[in-house]
Amino acid sequence: MPDLLIELFSEEIPARMQGMARDTLRKMVTDGLVEAGLTYGHAQAFSTPRRLTLALEGLTAESPTTREERKGPATTAPEKAIEGFLRSTGLTLDQLEVRDDKKGQVYFAVIEKPGRAAPEIVAEVLEKTIRNFPWPKSMRWGAGSLRWVRPLHSILCLLTTEAGAEVVALDVDGITSGNTTEGHRFMAPGRFAVTGFEDYAAKLKSAFVVLDAEERAEIIWHDAQQLAFAKGLELVEDKGLLTEVAGLVEWPVALMGEIADTFLGLPPEVLQTSMKEHQKFFSVKNPKTGRIEGFVTVANRETADHGATILKGNLKVLSARLSDAKFFWEHDLRIVKSEGLEGMGAGLANVTFHNKLGSQAARIERIEALAREIAPLVGAQPDLAAEAARVVKSDLRSAMVGEFPELQGLMGGYYARAAGLPEAVAEACKGHYSPLGPSDEVPSAPVTVAVALADKIDTLTGFWAIDEKPTGSKDPFALRRAALGVIRLILSNDLRLNLAEMFEKGNAAADAADLLSFFHDRLKVFLKDQNIRHDVIDAVLAMPGSDDLTLVVKRAEALAALLKTEDGTNLIQGFKRANNILTQAEEKDGVEYSFGADPKFAEEAAEKALFTALDAAEAAIAPAMKAEEFGQAMAEMAKLRAPIDAFFTAVQINVDNQILRRNRLNLLSRIRQICLSVADLTKLEG
Amino acid sequence: MSKPAAPRSFQEIILRLMTYWASKGCAVLQPYDMEVGAGTFHPATTLRALGSRPWAAAYVQPSRRPTDGRYGENPNRLQHYYQYQVLIKPSPPDLQALYLGSLEAIGIDLDLHDIRFVEDDWESPTLGAWGLGWEVWCDGMEVSQFTYFQQVGGHDCKPVSGELTYGLERLAMYVLGIDHVMQMPFNDPQTAIPLTYGDIFRQTEEEYSRHNFDGATTEMLLRHFEDAEAECERLLAFPAEDPNSGKRIVMAHPAYDQCIKASHLFNLLDARGVISVTERQAYIGRVRALAKKCADAFVMTEAGGWTPETAAEQVGA
Repeated sequence: MPDLLIELFSEEIPARMQGMARDTLRKMVTDGLVEAGLTYGHAQAFSTPRRLTLALEGLTAESPTTREERKGPATTAPEKAIEGFLRSTGLTLDQLEVRDDKKGQVYFAVIEKPGRAAPEIVAEVLEKTIRNFPWPKSMRWGAGSLRWVRPLHSILCLLTTEAGAEVVALDVDGITSGNTTEGHRFMAPGRFAVTGFEDYAAKLKSAFVVLDAEERAEIIWHDAQQLAFAKGLELVEDKGLLTEVAGLVEWPVALMGEIADTFLGLPPEVLQTSMKEHQKFFSVKNPKTGRIEGFVTVANRETADHGATILKGNLKVLSARLSDAKFFWEHDLRIVKSEGLEGMGAGLANVTFHNKLGSQAARIERIEALAREIAPLVGAQPDLAAEAARVVKSDLRSAMVGEFPELQGLMGGYYARAAGLPEAVAEACKGHYSPLGPSDEVPSAPVTVAVALADKIDTLTGFWAIDEKPTGSKDPFALRRAALGVIRLILSNDLRLNLAEMFEKGNAAADAADLLSFFHDRLKVFLKDQNIRHDVIDAVLAMPGSDDLTLVVKRAEALAALLKTEDGTNLIQGFKRANNILTQAEEKDGVEYSFGADPKFAEEAAEKALFTALDAAEAAIAPAMKAEEFGQAMAEMAKLRAPIDAFFTAVQINVDNQILRRNRLNLLSRIRQICLSVADLTKLEG
Repeated sequence: MSKPAAPRSFQEIILRLMTYWASKGCAVLQPYDMEVGAGTFHPATTLRALGSRPWAAAYVQPSRRPTDGRYGENPNRLQHYYQYQVLIKPSPPDLQALYLGSLEAIGIDLDLHDIRFVEDDWESPTLGAWGLGWEVWCDGMEVSQFTYFQQVGGHDCKPVSGELTYGLERLAMYVLGIDHVMQMPFNDPQTAIPLTYGDIFRQTEEEYSRHNFDGATTEMLLRHFEDAEAECERLLAFPAEDPNSGKRIVMAHPAYDQCIKASHLFNLLDARGVISVTERQAYIGRVRALAKKCADAFVMTEAGGWTPETAAEQVGA
């Protein structure tokens, strides 16, 4: 069975698109081949900055012959019907067969599709793949109309069997397929021919191209670590950067350099960000001082001077960049020292936050007012929280954040300290955007928490008030993230907030009920990741106090724990049975059985025992619920399992004696009432 | 083949680029005689990238970015600097190789340096233009912008032009091993009267920095912006037939001059700090609208590919 090798050779493909392109090439080609009736054993895709490669093993040499029979109109049918049949089958009248049918003679079409040779199918599938490749951004070049991510230069398409290699003939807008490719642009210029995948990979390696991105990443990581280690330093891990850099080189060569002393006073985050964003450098840390003291850059080649010229050039660029950063840092510190952090942010009055929500300054005023309200609820001093709120956005006007927006907050922390503001304020500057991602740490310092909540609630209620809610995949103002941030701040700090009240204070024009239900949806997603089922959450959300998320989660956790016990699951079944019988009876009789069952009509022992158990449960559950001892309350409720089970075994509800029947229905009603005081168990599934 | 010797001055680098691109068939043009923010604004790029007629040009363009003024003190930043610009339509298949040849021509030894093409999509909101390409890195330093134009003035580029932009000062400082732009030899340092970049531009950088940040009269700039905008639209509103000559004359270039003026006036207003964030977008939109109208007009001229035949076809269609 032949092996297939495809290489699409182009000008430099953006690093960030290579991973997706590899997967897409594999999927589009293999799907196309399979759809055309071919099978294959194993498929592997590769990428370098200049090529996308697909290697398939064990492709079938041809697709099977297929035969299809189609019944047509009767021979006596109107001419038009027969013509239509001919059109749809692509046959002529003399190619049709006439067969006897129950109703007379009928035309039959027998369409036989002979199997096709693999090369024909491959050529067709590859051309289609190239023409329809879903690049995030594609372009035309020269005078042509073909689109690719950057100009496409050559197509290698080879089927290899034991007998030898055969080029699959293909012509896409003048680019004809062949069996040749190129190695490294500078270290091994010129084209060479290959005979199959092994030959291809080996020849590429001797032409200074490591085909596999994974392997390039390993080389980079290994060599960079060795370089750092040799100097007693350690490499700062950055997987995203590693993947990106592996997509920028075909022949990675790691080079290490030192950061000049004059820049070591810059905050480490500034050094790291500047080196990473502008230069794609890895940071190198001194484990003794914890400072970033060096960098590793990855060149795309070896040179006669072992990279000396390249390293010198990179150092020069770095020192120009860091001079800029140092200028920004010193400039910002001067401003902060002369005008204070609030002074630095004075220009925010002229910056629009959103055209319907006013300037950044107006937003800050709202956050300040809200932070003052929230402060006592989270154990922060209101004045301190307000002071922090006034300055947390000031660094948006700093030169450093202007250059590196991702350092917002962090720079505020540095500048707050430089301005001599209280540590709690500096912490709030740094931490009030948190938590951002799901793995981001949640702040716990009270002032930070107050401002972080105020900031997010202001944003959410503001956008709710102007009806700019997230829809589907569109969430341009990251409101889902803001809501999740509020949820995590509340839960991880065990805060007791009435969100509805907070929403009212945030922006009275916002639809608080709608926003709360948005929060509940986010909460469900969040708790699902903690393995709490959505129906469990629904059961507790139906209870009063659902805007107190800490309470909601405590209840949900207690209920989830209950459902893990045998007593718990059986109790739920018992409850449901009671509830079903009761509901049916109430519907049938048109009354509500909630009058209160009388123990004096209890006949059976199990019935009497249930009365006793319900009394005991009621007496125990109510105070436990009041004390928010939900586990306790659930446990008390679970004790009802045995009496309820025994009751249903021994006692018939719908008896002829109407007094007994009513009393028993009223008894079921007590079960319902007591159980529902814990959570809305009707919402539970299964 | 022996490698070219290292150049000794800023002007030698420019001269070598001129010679190189002339040898590759480009028409070596002169700078456009107006204040522009980048070499792309030269009509030899903006307008000539439009339409079907082949084009190959290279030129130096003095460029002004008023907000980048640093009174001549910053080693790398200037409010007036030079860009070297190459535009070839249709983009030749070996444009990357041609470009690398130009680096060798100015003394960059490709065997010792690490040249990389790093994704950088180019977009000019003021020109309504975009393209895909790279910034070219030499040892981690951006030395050029390499773009395949896809749209200019809202028009699809057919065929596509390949555009190369070299930031001359930065590139030359790198090649010559200079740390501060003002210390860079402008002419041959061995000559009788050696001149540095600073000898020529330090004082003007100071003067223009002061002018751009504090001196320019904002009311006048605002007025001139309005005038340029109105004039651009007025020129384009003329009927194509010129009664004096009896010829068909669309005033695309004079109108485009007004668009360039508006763009520079906007940059000055920006440097004076009188444009708010929201207004900023609106101003950029107004300049873009002019650029788009000029592009619309240019494709109705002969240089823009218009012929009486195509016009007739369009009417027929």
